[in-house]
Amino acid sequence: MFGVCLAYPATTIGAVLCLIVVAGALLAPWLAPFDPNDQHIIDRLVPPGGDYLLGTDAYGRDVLSRILWGARISLAIAVSSITVAIVIGGTIGMVSGYVGGQIDLIIMQTMDVLLSFPSLILGLIVVALLGPDLINLVAAIALTAIAPFARIARAPVLSLKERAFIEAGRALGFSHLRILFVHILPNILSEVLVMGSLWMATAVRTEASLSFIGLGVKPPTATWGGMMREGFENILDAPWLSIWPGIAILLLVLGLNMVGDGLRDATDPRLRGET
Amino acid sequence: MIFYIIRRLLAAIPTLLAVLTLVFLIVRVVPGDPAIAILGDRATPDGIAALHAKLGLDKPIWQQYVDFIGQSLSGDFGRSMVTGRPILTDVGAVLPHTIDLTLASLIVGTVIGVPVGIWAALHRNRFIDYTARLLSLIGLSFPVFVSGIFILLLFALHWRLFPVIGNARLDDPVDRLDKLVLPAATLGLVMAAYITRVTRSAMLSVLGEDYIRTARAKGVPWRRVVWRHALRNAAMPVVTVVGLYIGILIGNSVLTEIVFNRPGLGKIIVGALNQRDYTMLQGLMVIYCFLIVVVNLITDLTYGLIDPRVKQ
Repeated sequence: MFGVCLAYPATTIGAVLCLIVVAGALLAPWLAPFDPNDQHIIDRLVPPGGDYLLGTDAYGRDVLSRILWGARISLAIAVSSITVAIVIGGTIGMVSGYVGGQIDLIIMQTMDVLLSFPSLILGLIVVALLGPDLINLVAAIALTAIAPFARIARAPVLSLKERAFIEAGRALGFSHLRILFVHILPNILSEVLVMGSLWMATAVRTEASLSFIGLGVKPPTATWGGMMREGFENILDAPWLSIWPGIAILLLVLGLNMVGDGLRDATDPRLRGET
Repeated sequence: MIFYIIRRLLAAIPTLLAVLTLVFLIVRVVPGDPAIAILGDRATPDGIAALHAKLGLDKPIWQQYVDFIGQSLSGDFGRSMVTGRPILTDVGAVLPHTIDLTLASLIVGTVIGVPVGIWAALHRNRFIDYTARLLSLIGLSFPVFVSGIFILLLFALHWRLFPVIGNARLDDPVDRLDKLVLPAATLGLVMAAYITRVTRSAMLSVLGEDYIRTARAKGVPWRRVVWRHALRNAAMPVVTVVGLYIGILIGNSVLTEIVFNRPGLGKIIVGALNQRDYTMLQGLMVIYCFLIVVVNLITDLTYGLIDPRVKQ
């Protein structure tokens, strides 16, 4: 990772952006000047500056504190949904590629169908049907990311399973499970994890979008998308309510994309500087 | 070409069936009884049974599936549970707005993305290239509702160049265009970012090919090499991305329509979600599926036009 950062300045900037957000989220209880849900009724819609560095919202809540606490939700949902997608999608792809034949064909066709559906619409409908809470959001976002991970995990397995060391494993009588998870998995892990960092950016974006539509974690819990939604209702009187959470989302997504791009270039030299 | 079109049309049928099956599964597999969700917690057993019969949920699952596929393929998407109107009527009323937005964003994305991508590839690892790469990365990092709100704040509220509300009158072309500019710019800029990246990458790999070196060696002017030899071969991945991106565009249009208060498919879907209009939701998902399959088909046919080898 440090080598990658040295070789690609953009990756360093991306890593710094991500670290700032992660530090903000972890240190929120100490950094946030106020409780994110404390309503200061006298100080409603106060512009940035003074006691409230980034201003207050329509309930008199401190925007900076809500952004810091909101980072926790964004990161928690993104990390857990992508972890679920990697575990389920990765396993499906590995098994599909390893088994091959008709089963592989059917599984991959199913994944292609899932892939062809607009992810936001899919997430929207699943959350709406399940009900908006943290677990359902994670499930919905994970569902939109399972197919790409299945594809990414499957491709290298197709060539790996023909290699001599796998044949040797079979000759030694290793079980399929052992071959898959002990011998094949370590060889595809880096590719899957690099993709994970790029998809993390998409997960942050999807979570924020769902919250903006009103299908995120319920208020008064601070989420960046939810803050933008509330800010949008006061856009004429208090534009800062939309601007600050918007910048926070942009910085995190940009940081994750920069890190993902750098890691991908580093793991696949053919792509270096090409995308 | 006719055989190629027929072959692609036939290949689209299994995809359509598969996507319809997915829609059926999503609506059925997700836990919870739609009848209870619609009627609320105080629903009586009789009321639930009556609604089950009305929605066809009392039939065996295989029959529900056969009915659903049959109705979808015959173009019967059902009626809204809230308004009672056929879903196609509601969709038909807003479809021109959605088509306007999708086409306009496609144009914005292509007009900006392709030349910038080519330009960046021709100046690889120079200032222009780095700037194009950074801007395209920023472009695709923007969730559309964030860029939409920023654009709205700047161009509609601060400089007052364009209207805030995007509900255009369809019979007035000037009004239609005026209210299309900001939403199309919002979606188009994200699309331009994707197209820039893919065009640049495709051009770079083509420019390294032997036939480009041969063309240059025999004295073909550089401009002609780029536009005629390189670009035509780099067009395939770009078309693929544009085709794939239309799916994302349809998803993102939900957010754009909310920000600019524009009528469209996305607005209807959010309305149906809020009103728990399950038949409308299912119908909309089916319509989305048809749109996706049609877009894929058009993408395939475009391949045939760009590269005659594909047709064989």
